[in-house]
Amino acid sequence: MHSDLGEEMTEPIVRVEGLNKHFGSTQALRDLRFDVAPGTVCGLLGPNGAGKTTAVRVLATLLRPDSGTALIAGHDVVRDPMAVRKRIGLAGQHAALDETLTGRENLRIFGRLYHLSARSARARADELLERFDLATAGDRQVKGYSGGMRRRLDLIASLIVAPDVLFLDEPTTGLDPRSRNEVWEAVRGLVTDGTTVLLTTQYLDEADQLANNIVVIDTGTAVADDTPGNLKATIGAHLDVTVEHVDQLATVARELRTLTGAEPEVVADERRVTSVLDTKTVPLPKVTLMLHESGVAISDLALRHPTLDEVFLRLTGEQKPLAHNEIEMTEDRT
Amino acid sequence: MTSIAGPRRERGALYDLLADSATMILRNLLRFKHSPGEIIGTIMFPLAMILIFGYIFGSAIPIPGGGNYREFLMPGLFAMGAAASFAGIMQKMANDNQLGVMDRFRSMPASRSAVPVGTSGAELINYTLGLVVTALCGWATGWTAHTGFWSVAAGFGVILLFAFGMIWLGIFLGSLVRNVTTAERLAPLFMPLTMISNTFVPTGNMPAWLRAIADWNPVSALVESCRALFGNPGLSSSTAWSMQHPVATILLWSIALIAVFAPLSVRRFQKMNL
Ligand SMILES: Nc1ncnc2c1ncn2[C@@H]1O[C@H](COP(=O)(O)OP(=O)(O)O)[C@@H](O)[C@H]1O
Ligand SMILES: [Mg+2]
Repeated sequence: MHSDLGEEMTEPIVRVEGLNKHFGSTQALRDLRFDVAPGTVCGLLGPNGAGKTTAVRVLATLLRPDSGTALIAGHDVVRDPMAVRKRIGLAGQHAALDETLTGRENLRIFGRLYHLSARSARARADELLERFDLATAGDRQVKGYSGGMRRRLDLIASLIVAPDVLFLDEPTTGLDPRSRNEVWEAVRGLVTDGTTVLLTTQYLDEADQLANNIVVIDTGTAVADDTPGNLKATIGAHLDVTVEHVDQLATVARELRTLTGAEPEVVADERRVTSVLDTKTVPLPKVTLMLHESGVAISDLALRHPTLDEVFLRLTGEQKPLAHNEIEMTEDRT
Repeated sequence: MTSIAGPRRERGALYDLLADSATMILRNLLRFKHSPGEIIGTIMFPLAMILIFGYIFGSAIPIPGGGNYREFLMPGLFAMGAAASFAGIMQKMANDNQLGVMDRFRSMPASRSAVPVGTSGAELINYTLGLVVTALCGWATGWTAHTGFWSVAAGFGVILLFAFGMIWLGIFLGSLVRNVTTAERLAPLFMPLTMISNTFVPTGNMPAWLRAIADWNPVSALVESCRALFGNPGLSSSTAWSMQHPVATILLWSIALIAVFAPLSVRRFQKMNL
């Protein structure tokens, strides 16, 4: 949670206080609260159905919360939505573009709706296309674009008037790794301009790559709010040890328990033991040495980030771990 | 960032509404530029209808009081296009909803009323184009108006007015449905509206109950108005008020559609929750 160090901290540019939102009997937001400091990237991390899109829609003045307040640069999203709209950009879960128009035409239309003159709308479109490597594709119809190009164009469309706060709802979901990297690069570029970014994601590594601060959200509530480093430290990296013979699982589990002080998870089917590992206190060579000395035949050894499920398991107290997986398989609601 | 386009100029709400509506119309015109296929479709559909009804079915349908079936048919085709004009815009709006284009518009500091208002204008332009094409196809296959300029102008005027009312209905429905599939299922709704009417056959031989429905169908009133205003054959002998006063009837229907669905649509876009 935020440290309040007596001294005045800079005013948060996004302030979310006790937001609640129901859809029928579903409570999409449940006393959601978090702050975003200006010029930073905040990652709203959570599984499908956690309430990320609902939160973004409230902040972008598209949805009225049942209760609670949200301020963007001091402006209340419910009481003064116009002031908020002048300061935000939104790139939603889908590329919100006109497929039949060219990239450049899409940007011109959006520029006009932001009340730029015809000439500055055109100039701004050219400038942004150039900057995000879409200058040549700009004159082709969007329907011929790759997923990554669409995403980038969508991102550009939300930047037309250089917003103070940019909302990106799952900017890389459904993209191949290469396109994902392109979008990440683009987001990093924005931050150097001083734009505050609030991005939602289902991927821990994405939040880790981009965010200064991660708010973990589950069933509409923030269950953690910290830097990626602290968050990972509290959860720890995960070590997967796969052995040659099933009868050696117990040995490995015992050794790892002694080493890490945490209870490892044994998956007999896969001949695997998984344990939390803080590499600062227990360096990896120490683990391999220990395993070697205990005479276990190792077929695979991997140190990795915890998966979102594991983070959740840890943060939400082992409730419904598998429900998330199940939800993730289903098609996205629009 | 090099050239920030600068804070938006402050202008009046009405200026914003008009300027932003014009932008929505520009968006629509650009779409047209890129999809010549749509234009070919616009031409092919009335031509196919003229061929199927005018030459195949029409040869078996006698017109009360005599007259050429294709002369009888054209007002029906105009009205059919007007009645169907809600379907296309409903699907386009549903598509924009689904892709999040509507969300983007609504998160921008543009006039929120401009989305429905501009869209209605753009769609009326599309419809007018289709109407001109249909009329030219009819004219090429022997249809013509036999009345004076003002009468013909009034005929096309009521067609456009009713189409405008149906477009507002389509905009409202389009703002309700959030995915294209639902919109596609709703689209064929206009079929019974055009079939249970005097569009393709005179109503004189229908069973009494069906004839009553057909007589009071707004599409019938529009067709009847056009036949009267264009001097085309097959005027109804029905005593129903709507058939005695077809122009008044269709004007009332059109104004009612616009008066109900335009404010409802605009309100929906201005509201925070969609
Ligand atoms: N318009 C809506 N109508 C009904 N339920 C909704 C609506 N929007 C979201 N929900 C529900 O609210 C919950 C949160 O959804 P959402 O904010 O889309 O989650 P996320 O973006 O994290 O996947 C889900 O259970 C979802 O089904
Ligand atoms: Mg979502």
